[in-house]
Amino acid sequence: MADTILEVRNLKKYFPTSAGLLHAVDDVSFTLERGTTLGVVGESGCGKSTLGRVVLRLLEATSGQVLFEGQDVMQLGKQQMRMMRRRMQMIFQDPYASINPRMSVSEIIADPLKVNRLCKSRAEMDERVHELMDTVGLSERFVSSYPHELDGGRRQRIGIARSLAVNPEFIVCDEPVSALDVSIQAQILNLMMDLQEQMGLTYIFITHDMSVVKHISNEIMVMYMGKCVEKTSSKELFANPLHPYTVALLDAIPVPNCSRRGKPRRVLSGEVTNPIEPKPGCRFAPRCPYATEACTSGDIPLREVSPSHYVACVLK
Amino acid sequence: MAEHLLEIHGLHVEYVTDEEEIIHAVNGLDLTLDKGQNLGLVGETGAGKTTLALSILHLLPKKVGRITQGQIHLDGVDITNATEEDMRLLRGSTVSMIFQDPMTSLNPVLPVGEQITEVIALHRKDLTKSEVEDRLDDLLKMVGIPPERKHDYPHQFSGGMKQRIVIAIALACEPKLLLADEPTTALDVTIQAQVLELMRELKEQIDTAMVLITHDLGVVAENCDHVAIMYAGEIIEMGTVTDIFEQDRHHPYTVGLFGAIPDMTKEERRLHPIGGLMADPANLPKGCKFAPRCPQCTERCEREPPVIYTRSGHSIRCHLFDERGEPADG
Repeated sequence: MADTILEVRNLKKYFPTSAGLLHAVDDVSFTLERGTTLGVVGESGCGKSTLGRVVLRLLEATSGQVLFEGQDVMQLGKQQMRMMRRRMQMIFQDPYASINPRMSVSEIIADPLKVNRLCKSRAEMDERVHELMDTVGLSERFVSSYPHELDGGRRQRIGIARSLAVNPEFIVCDEPVSALDVSIQAQILNLMMDLQEQMGLTYIFITHDMSVVKHISNEIMVMYMGKCVEKTSSKELFANPLHPYTVALLDAIPVPNCSRRGKPRRVLSGEVTNPIEPKPGCRFAPRCPYATEACTSGDIPLREVSPSHYVACVLK
Repeated sequence: MAEHLLEIHGLHVEYVTDEEEIIHAVNGLDLTLDKGQNLGLVGETGAGKTTLALSILHLLPKKVGRITQGQIHLDGVDITNATEEDMRLLRGSTVSMIFQDPMTSLNPVLPVGEQITEVIALHRKDLTKSEVEDRLDDLLKMVGIPPERKHDYPHQFSGGMKQRIVIAIALACEPKLLLADEPTTALDVTIQAQVLELMRELKEQIDTAMVLITHDLGVVAENCDHVAIMYAGEIIEMGTVTDIFEQDRHHPYTVGLFGAIPDMTKEERRLHPIGGLMADPANLPKGCKFAPRCPQCTERCEREPPVIYTRSGHSIRCHLFDERGEPADG
């Protein structure tokens, strides 16, 4: 039954800085079933974008394996990697910065088709561009418009059409709706879910927005300073969050009704620091209200505390 | 008349582009705010929220933006045509602003302490140098930054701490009115919670009125007493938080706005976005500005702009509600 498309094993990405090694992604493992969505949440600097890029090999991993249908992406040669890129794509956060302002809409969408020589003739390419624009809900009249003439929502549709051009199976979506207004955000989220259903796409959906991630994900991974601290199904995570960081994260979301008014909020003290040469133990310990000596004495592995619910915390 | 802290009547603000195109950013806006009141101003990009705040402070970009009609009264004084000199005396002391992006609203080449004392020294000429220093230390403590860090530069602080410094600058002279333009949008949720908590505490201490500009309905629900929802330069609905978040009589845009947020408590596969795009401020619809996107739009909506209907303080600008604020028939 389980059709695993992606398996990530002990993935690490360290960046050398003048102050020492920055552990951006530190020993992260997960598997992803075809047609599902893994949500990756965390605050800025937790390594979620780096994780997305390393999985696609836009950044070379320090160590670890990324198996795409059993094939280690990290070991592929240049030519093989080029073929592999057709199967795995990315949608970026900022639709203003991720598309070339000097190319028209049709040129942007046709670019991956040209690069990969996927169309035999000009006519075929035009047809494919129209088809893609139709798929993402971009009206045909924008075919020769330039990005600056369009609003953020339409620009993000271009970004989606471009990534779909090569018929990928797997897409890393890095905060695809964070730059958009709520009414437009809802349009794009609906579109992405429709596309997933129609084309059987598999997503890694990176975001800091807990309500968005709950909506779109089957499974959710919570990251803190390069580590995965909790991983389980979307339903279970919201119903039964176990790691103190997850609890704090959920607690900090402002809810759009009056239920929280006048009630004191348990505000997490302190801030995320740079994970440069981190000390052993739980990285959340300095901010954790329940921290004990056991938390900082040694590394805390991710453990399965109930079926498919993984937590890295000594308390659980 | 004098009891209102801020009174805005029929305010129109325009921007003129290089192509001589006129952008109607604020269109006949009325707003009153009392001392110590807490108003959440909600709307999407381009609704005119920031323009409104900049108009109050006379900080509209010169030659490009201008107030074409209407009046602004602040603390009983008509400041619509105030001179730059008058405004300088008001800014920072009577009214101050917190900008969205703490990374760009601080001067990168001045230590943060100097940026705070600048405001105090300008408005409190009666204080001696050492009194100003004491006040600086108090302010830093108040926003949770150790005073010994006053000689540090902005880049040495994190985003949340920078926003705390911006807050310290804004509150340095205990203004009567604080305009906070998306003060936590650039921050992570756990830091946002810290900063909002801090603002709530400080507001109570110095009894400042606040206009909190945001696109996040959740932030408003927890931090404001009154809510105004803006669309295309108009306030289309206004009331207490209870009116907006707990009642079921709403402007169709407000309904759409709530429908578009993923509901954390429900299991729902599809979201309900508002169709279409924000009205083009260079070419606004003749009737109701929301009409082209409104699921309940009638012929009348396309033809004539609705007026505000108010019932027990809850006002809605929509033809669906008649003079008494009841849903109209048919």
